[in-house]
Amino acid sequence: MPFDLAFIWAGIIAFAVLTYVVLDGFDLGVGILFPFVQTEKDRDVMMNSVAPVWDGNETWLVLGGGGLFAVFPLAYAVVMPALYIPITMMLLALVFRGVAFEYRWKTKRWKPVWNVAFSGGSALASLMQGIALGALVQGIEIEGRAYAGGWWDWLTPFSIVTGLAVVIGYALLGSTWLVMKTTGELNEKMRGYSWILAAGTLLFILLVSILTPFQDPVYFQRWFELPGMLFSIFVPSLVAVISAILFYGLKTGHDVWPFLASLMLFVVSFIGIGISFYPHMVPPSLTIWQAAAPDSSLQFALVGTVVLVPLILGYTAYAYWVFRGKIDPDEGYH
Amino acid sequence: MFDGFSAELLARFQFAFTISFHIIFPAFSIGLASYLAVLNALWLKTGDENYLHLFNYWKKIFALAFGMGVVSGIVMSYQFGTNWSVFSDRTGPVLGPLMAYEVLSAFFLEAGFLGIMLFGRERVGNGLHMFATAMVAFGTLISATWILSVNSWMQTPAGYAFNDAGQFIPDDWWAIVFNPSFPYRLVHMVLAAYLTTAFVVAGVAGWHLLKDRTNPSVRRMFSMAMWMAAIVTPIQIFAGDLHGLNTLEHQPVKVMAMEGHYDSHPEGAPLILFGIPNEEEKRIDYAIEIPKLSSLILKHDLNAPLDGLDTIPDDEEPPVAIVFWSFRIMLAIGFAMLGIGIWSLWQRWRKRLYDDAWLSRASVFMGPMGFVAVLAGWITTEVGRQPFTVYGLMRTSESLAPIDAPAVGASLLAFIIVYFFVFGAGTVYILRLMAQPPKQDESDRMEGPTRAAGITPIQQVKPETSAAPAK
Repeated sequence: MPFDLAFIWAGIIAFAVLTYVVLDGFDLGVGILFPFVQTEKDRDVMMNSVAPVWDGNETWLVLGGGGLFAVFPLAYAVVMPALYIPITMMLLALVFRGVAFEYRWKTKRWKPVWNVAFSGGSALASLMQGIALGALVQGIEIEGRAYAGGWWDWLTPFSIVTGLAVVIGYALLGSTWLVMKTTGELNEKMRGYSWILAAGTLLFILLVSILTPFQDPVYFQRWFELPGMLFSIFVPSLVAVISAILFYGLKTGHDVWPFLASLMLFVVSFIGIGISFYPHMVPPSLTIWQAAAPDSSLQFALVGTVVLVPLILGYTAYAYWVFRGKIDPDEGYH
Repeated sequence: MFDGFSAELLARFQFAFTISFHIIFPAFSIGLASYLAVLNALWLKTGDENYLHLFNYWKKIFALAFGMGVVSGIVMSYQFGTNWSVFSDRTGPVLGPLMAYEVLSAFFLEAGFLGIMLFGRERVGNGLHMFATAMVAFGTLISATWILSVNSWMQTPAGYAFNDAGQFIPDDWWAIVFNPSFPYRLVHMVLAAYLTTAFVVAGVAGWHLLKDRTNPSVRRMFSMAMWMAAIVTPIQIFAGDLHGLNTLEHQPVKVMAMEGHYDSHPEGAPLILFGIPNEEEKRIDYAIEIPKLSSLILKHDLNAPLDGLDTIPDDEEPPVAIVFWSFRIMLAIGFAMLGIGIWSLWQRWRKRLYDDAWLSRASVFMGPMGFVAVLAGWITTEVGRQPFTVYGLMRTSESLAPIDAPAVGASLLAFIIVYFFVFGAGTVYILRLMAQPPKQDESDRMEGPTRAAGITPIQQVKPETSAAPAK
């Protein structure tokens, strides 16, 4: 495992993607849950709970794209055409749900339209992200320096499973976030949903974990031969511990633990995917080092990143701190 | 629907369409973010309530425009890869880090402090709220700096080398970032954003002045916008002239297309005011021209020779008619803005700034013209760069992803439908907000603000003067 610039950058990109997944995950999840509450007042509260932070969360997605373009241009150039349809659909879905944050308050007659835009956009964007992940795990066909597969290669039973897994998982992040941010009936309702969504998420984690080793012989070896087998024991045990905390938190009426445990489920699953992928940037053939830009690019970008990312994390944390606490449904809207 | 079009043409059209929509929002939010910072600072400094009313009024419009800018911007950061993957692979080592810096130093700053700027005054107090507002404005300017550096490098590439894989690789970062056209383009674009916003503000103010000349907040914003028109427009025209001279030095072919010079003029070139480019016959039909003036403007010498497109191989020429027209549209609007600025100075001197209904009407008419000028300017410079993506080095046809026309056509259609629907609705909501005059009790609250129970700061407990609904 050479510890060089390309490796560091792979780590930074992985960090950006993970940060995106957990942050935008819960606000997309709030959107997915929109149709499952009955009153507009509840929807107002739900939307308000993420309104001040959502575009900061989505900026990590821009960093994922921009960062890949900067430090792994070849991976960016191969993956984007391969995932042309899911990426385009995700972008359009994000347009709908992003503008809904503002538009929904500007009209009475069209409010239902923007409710649908928000929930539908959130669900579709999540589904497409999951499908894109599945397609990447399956592997992308490359010839020379370009994508060589077909238009619909990304659409398989496996990618649909990963797509649904992400939708359910994001919904769990959303419901536990709302458990943390709301009071009263809405809180109770979200707690109830969290039980179902947690069970569903674990089921999908299990399903994807069983299917993944069969997508590529390399994954199979990674997980079922030493030393990788150690992970095969370690990662599931960690999932079990986290699930216990999640269910215990839901049962005892704790408001914060279920959300943190759900976040940890995503972190562990992400590490699991990382173990399968390494040393590839784009399985099955493009490694981190083949995809990397020249060292001069990596260095130049790294200098600023080392300074700016901690700063970003700092003021992002501050913004969350400013808007901490429960949302009061009786105050603050007209 | 798109039968007979090549994938390249469709991908170009898709990029032009999505970036044209996108540029409208930053052009407005760069200017408006600075305007909001100024308004808030003036309110804190002078205690004059009108500034606060205006801040709260424009803040709501800013939130909408910014939201639309964010979502249309995310599309851009992925479209390089989906449609222009060969370009991405080859230029990524040079351009990618600049874009990464844009995200890290600007987008996060804007997004991180936007929530506090919009929803947080009562939570963090005036001081930190001012800081957040300034950070949002600062972020928009940093963003403009990086992305214009990227664009300028594509126009006037510098500081690069090639590696074995055919990629552009960085040789001198200073030369890359500060490439020859960058300083001019940056100044020209930021001033354009400021002017665009000033004229939107003037248009809204003019509209309300026509209905009620007494509203002090409306008078204030009209006066501020007219100062901008009077002071910034001449600076912009000067900056644009310098930018043009820089283009003549580094991209003479683009200037030939802008000027409509199909033929070389060894003894002084005429300035073609108007005419119809005839691309078949390679001449300008019905040209109205002033002899030798082009040489005077471009070379500061009436008799200076200027080469025409006849010296350039056909396959290196941009589409002349588009560049020729868009350049003239931009110039016409620029001089109309100058006219408004001078007119306002005259009426201000006569103390009739708010009473001249024709000035108000002209301002309403000019309200959206900044956007038209910005788009026309970008079309001039981008179409003028064709047939290259990286000027002189990489052709547009070589930049395309391995995609089929039907796929690009389908996604283009989807973008067109969604953008017109979504941004059409957004424009309606913005116009609806603008149709209301700033009220004397303009609410500080956003509709749908986020507040938490239990940590209510003391300011919030006070009986609020802003309890009246904002709509």
